[in-house]
Formats: sequence, structure tokens, C-alpha cells
Amino acid sequence: MFGPLTVNPLKSKGSKTGSWRTLLRPHYLHKNCIACRMCLMICPEGCVHGKEKNAFWTDYIFCKGCGLCADICPKKDIAMISEESKGEDK
Amino acid sequence: MKEFVEGSHAIAEIIKAASPGVISAYPITPQTHIVEGLAQMVASGELKSQFVNVESEHSAASVVLGGSATGVRVYTATSSQGLFYMQEVVFNIAGMRLPVVMTCANRAISAPINIWNDQQDSISLRDSGWFQIYAEDNQEAVDFHLIAYRLAEDKRVMLPVMVCMDGFILTHGMETVDIPEQDKVNEFLPNYKPLYKLDPAHPISMGLLADPDYYMEARFAIQETMNESIGYLSEISREFNGVFGRDYKDLLVEEYHTKDAEKVIVAMGSVCGTIKEVVDEQRAKGKKAGCLRIISYRPFPYARVYEALKDVPRVAVLDKAVSLGAYAPVAVEIKAAFYGKKKGPKVISSFVAGLGGRDITLESIDEVFRRLTAKEVNSDFIDLKPELLKEEYGE
Amino acid sequence: MENNPLFKSGHTACAGCGQAIAARLVIEAAGANTIIANNTGCLEVFTTKYPETAWGVPWIHSLFENSAAVASGIEAALVYLGKKDSINVIAQGGDGSTGDIGLQALSGMLERGHDILYVCYDNEAYMNTGVQRSGLTPFDTNTTTSPAAAHSSGNIRPKKPVPEICLAHGIPYVATASAGFPQDLTRKVKKAISIKGPKYIQVHVPCPLGWRHEPNQMLPVAKAAVETGLYPLFEYENGLLAGRKQIVPKPVEEYLKIQGRFKHLLNNPEEIKKIQAIADNNIKKYNLKLEA
Repeated sequence: MFGPLTVNPLKSKGSKTGSWRTLLRPHYLHKNCIACRMCLMICPEGCVHGKEKNAFWTDYIFCKGCGLCADICPKKDIAMISEESKGEDK
Repeated sequence: MKEFVEGSHAIAEIIKAASPGVISAYPITPQTHIVEGLAQMVASGELKSQFVNVESEHSAASVVLGGSATGVRVYTATSSQGLFYMQEVVFNIAGMRLPVVMTCANRAISAPINIWNDQQDSISLRDSGWFQIYAEDNQEAVDFHLIAYRLAEDKRVMLPVMVCMDGFILTHGMETVDIPEQDKVNEFLPNYKPLYKLDPAHPISMGLLADPDYYMEARFAIQETMNESIGYLSEISREFNGVFGRDYKDLLVEEYHTKDAEKVIVAMGSVCGTIKEVVDEQRAKGKKAGCLRIISYRPFPYARVYEALKDVPRVAVLDKAVSLGAYAPVAVEIKAAFYGKKKGPKVISSFVAGLGGRDITLESIDEVFRRLTAKEVNSDFIDLKPELLKEEYGE
Repeated sequence: MENNPLFKSGHTACAGCGQAIAARLVIEAAGANTIIANNTGCLEVFTTKYPETAWGVPWIHSLFENSAAVASGIEAALVYLGKKDSINVIAQGGDGSTGDIGLQALSGMLERGHDILYVCYDNEAYMNTGVQRSGLTPFDTNTTTSPAAAHSSGNIRPKKPVPEICLAHGIPYVATASAGFPQDLTRKVKKAISIKGPKYIQVHVPCPLGWRHEPNQMLPVAKAAVETGLYPLFEYENGLLAGRKQIVPKPVEEYLKIQGRFKHLLNNPEEIKKIQAIADNNIKKYNLKLEA
């Protein structure tokens, strides 16, 4: 008999940590992006996606709103906006 | 093939036959001769194992944990303080359901420091989720290691096994031992096929945090598996007999003249050889003496103990260990086997002997039979020297 | 790394966690053919709470202090199976499990010459248990077991020099890195795994909770540690200094004043002088100063 023992990563869904965001969320302006991928590299969640210029996006299901993507962006092309504000990519 | 060899050498030979992929150990008397033997075999190329010389027993157990989790058969051996130093890992290996096999060369524990034999070391780890089987002689010690791998790697079991053999008495004792031939070993012990392993082709996570919603089931599963394994021990020993022509009834208990006995001594390990000799002497004088040897201490065979002793009026349990501040460890189990039952001994007395290598002689066993009277005693020490108890400190 | 992540979203690290950043960069740099042995600590707890796991590679946690030894067993098993050349083995843990309770296992792993990369995520205290000081906590840090108070200015000893201890084992590669310099960390991991034998990388990972800074301040804090000389970034190959990040040194106050754990020092020039001396010594020792 076996109880809880090992976990197969492909079946794991992960906690929906996007619910942790209380104040701010990243908003990609998609104006000056040079596809340097720094936002993707620095994201502690690994929830930034994209490859092409002006096509990066955040998966808000997991984004905790730490703001490091906006801080590291060399083109200031990511804004931290209020959770209340309406944005197309919420 | 029959050889007149030292116990440790015989163990090294049988481990070679089981051919683990990873061996790791840290030296501690009296385990050393076993791992020296294996190191020699690896150095000479007879054994194709990775022999990892570690900086501590904690790491020895961790190395075999890692090796086992990667899907290969593993082996380690230790004693006493070494077992205690690896205790944290010992529990972890069982919790992770890894089929590690270990030899415990039983030795006393510190303080006072003492390298000689008793069974306080392995008995202290009785709650770890490891099988513990105790050998009486070196033939058993050899055979039990093969059985240990079969049991541990059984898909219904997947738990570690500790083969306990009395330090010096067995590890350094010269006996004639039939060391199973390789082709028969291969027949009895197929290559290890893990149920789960660390493999980039199928990445799994092992050793996760289980919160109160999950933890209990992990522990319950081990408890259930241990209980079910009572049956597997008998099954595997029968199969072993078939391949190797031995005569193990099961690996739970051995009954020696218990059927009509009026007095029986219960014990584990090599001391049972001495007890059986005294039983023979008593029987020659017409006294109905017997011996019940516990082979499997974990899982504990309560039902077999009940059947063996239910009609015996007086039972003495001889522990080579002590649970300081409580009843002796084997005695506790024997008493528990009869609690609330209709039948059973009128007297179950408990004796402690042989700590730190003090000889348990024929006279010591005679003394146990003498003290097994109508008056029940608990943790009565045999062969104590009262003159050594006069030291006083303070005002 | 985004298509087939080896470190998935949905773990429960604090927002802005430096260790989560570094751990993700390490495994993405090492690639899918990697087995990880992880010590107990924040990283283990926030990535593998049953029945979830953030890891896309084979991953094992055993105990607090034994990942180096578990990894040694994994490596030995892979050698036995003839698979070692195609699979990387990483052992990892926090600063306490690496430099304090796990130092013996780490030393054994290094001394035996296993082909393993050890990564220490150095957030400079026992964060998982509530910010108690470790051997790698910096001088004068306010932690829950080295509190700053009337008779104490915080932790009484400087950081234990674990990279130097590893270097003394004669291993082929030792480096320090920082979550604030992600590309540098990625490069060092790739370099390390290309070298056969034991390797050690110590990554400075800001902890917003324990260091008491806002989650979005991870980068300025991590960078200031490097730019003041308090956390020199260097690489040793075969015992020789092969690279270091040169800086125009900033005064240590620039680093101290942005973290709550050093707040008690700001009106204490005597103590700041001692910390400046530690930075100056690093700058001299590793020749960090960028000449104009």
C-alpha cells in the first residue's frame, strides 16, 4: 500500500497565486519593447510569456504583482497599474 | 559452497552476489570487516559497484538513499553510534519507500562508550519503518541478506530492511557457512526493477511536503504494508527454501521445544544458541524448558507469538537492550501479544542481560530459568556486579 | 524557457522572492537532462507541497542538510548505469543548509570529486523558520536571533566564507552570482555544468520578507550589494581567479539604508565604518575597482 509519495509534474496544476495580488499588476504597453527578455528572466513565477517584440504578456492566474518585470524593463514598457483599473489584458 | 569463514567475510560475499550498484559506508567497529571486504572486491574488479567512501554515516545513508531513488540496488552497513548518526536518514528512507538493505552489526551505545555487543542500537530505531530481522548464526545472516533484498524490492512492500547480526559474536566469529552460488542467487533475486525513480525521461518529484491533509495516509500506508508483510516473510522464506534447500519455517519466530514447555525463554539473535543448549540440558534432566526466538522484530509477529506461547505457564523474556525508565523492549511486545486474550502465560517475567558485551553464559541462562518463578519480575538484570554500584557523588 | 518550463508557475514563494528567480534561472540554464537534490528550506517548501510540484525535472528532497550526499548517491548510481555523461546532477540549498548544517556533506561531496554542481541560494539567514541568523548572515544584521538592541548591533560575526572553503578543496570551479544579474548567473551555470567534477556557485538572493524591503526593490538591493563590494561576484577556475565583476564602489550606506535589517545602523557611524572595512577588503582582495 502506498500513500502520498511522488508527484508527476505534468499533472500538477499549481496554486493559483494570481489571487495574491492586492494592489498592482503589470501592464505591457507594447510600444518600445525590444524583446530583450529581461522581464521573462527576472519573473520569480515564470509567468511571463512571449518571443516577439511587443508581444510579451503576463499570466495573471499566477502573477503575484511583485513588479520586478516593470523594474528591470530597460525601455520602461511595462507599467504597474492599479488592480481596480480596467485593462484589456486583465 | 561451504566455507569456514569470518561472519563479515561471508556477508561481503553474499552482498557481492546480490551485486548492488551503489555501496556506501563509514567505518565503525564492528561493521568494518564487511565494508573492507566489499572495498577489496570493488578494487580487484570482482564487484562492479560504485563504492562511495563518505565522511559520516549520515552521508552513507544519504548516498544510498540517492542511489536507490535513482533506481539501483544499494547497500550500507553500520553499528551503534553510526546507526544513531544516520537515524534521521533511516526514518527518511522508509518514508520515501526506498528498498535499501543495511547490515546492523549490533553494538552497545554510548555513554559509556563500548564497542561490544548488545542490541540497544537497532532496537532504538524500531519505529523507523524498517524491517528488522535478527540472525542467530552466520548462515542465517548470509541468507537473510538475500531475503532482505527480495522483501525490500517486492512491489507490494518497497520498504528498507535492516539485517541485525550480533557484533563480534557473529561479525568476527568463524563458522562454516554455505554461501549460495551465483546462479541460484540470480534465480532467487532478479534484477531490481524500481516502481519510481529519478529519470529525466519521466521527471517525478520525490520527498514532498505533506500537510495535515496528506501526511497521515503516507504513514498509514507503511503501517499497513508492514502488517501485510508478515505473510510475505513466510512466502519468501518458503521460496528461499526451495531454491537453496534450507529449512526456514518462516522468518517470524523459531520455536524450540515450546509445545509442551513449562518454562520458555524468549530472545533474539545469537544468544538463542546458548539458550537452546541450556534447554537441551534441562530437557535431558526431564525439565520441560523451551526457547522462542524472535526473528522478525519489525514487523512484530504477535499472532505467531500468541500461538507459540499461549499454553506455556511461565515465560521469561531476555532482552539484550533496555528501555530506560520502562519495560524492556522485547518484553513489552510479548506482554502485548497476550493482553486481553483468553489464553496465555500466568507469568511473563522480563530480564536484561549481556549489555555492552557482558558474556551471557550457560550459567546466566540457568539463572534466568531459576528466577522465572511464580512471582513476575520486570527488567531484572542478570550478572550485575553490585560492588560497582557503590560510587556516590555530592553531599 | 517559456514553452517547456522546467520551473513552473504556481509555486508559493513570496512575491519578489530572489531565490525563486535564481532557482528558475539555474534549472533553465542546466536544461531538462538534470536531476536535482534539494535541501529542506524555503525553496523546497514553496515548490513541492503535495500534490503539486513546480519542477519539470526529476527532483528529490530528503533532509535539511544532506542534498550534497543524496546527489553523490544519484551521481554514483548514474555512473553505475553508464548514464552520467548525459545527465547533470545539481545539489542545492539555502545558506544555512549549505554552510552550517550541511557543510560536512558538502565538503564530502567536493572532496570525493563527484561530477555535481552545488548551488547555494544565499539569502543570509534561516528564512524558512522566521529569519534566524546563519553562519552566512552578514556582520551587524538584525535577525530574530541576533536582534539589534541596547547591547547589540546585530549579528556579531561576518559571513562565513563558504566559497573560499569550497575553493580550498581544490575543485575546478567556484563562483558567486546574484539574482540581480540574471544573465551572469545563467552564464555561470552553463559554464559550471560544462566542467567535469565538483562545482560550487553561491547566489545572492534577496529576501523581501527577511531583509525587509518592498518586493519590487529586489533589483536595487541585489545590485547595491555587488556595487558596494559587500557581495563580490567572482569566478575561480582551477584555483585561479578567472573573472570578477568590476565596480565603481558605492558607499555601503547605499546598500544598508534600503533594507530594514540594517535600519538600526543608520545613525551609528562606528558600525558603518566596520562594514565599509569589510567592503574595502573585498574590493582589494578581488581587485574589484574599475579604473576610470
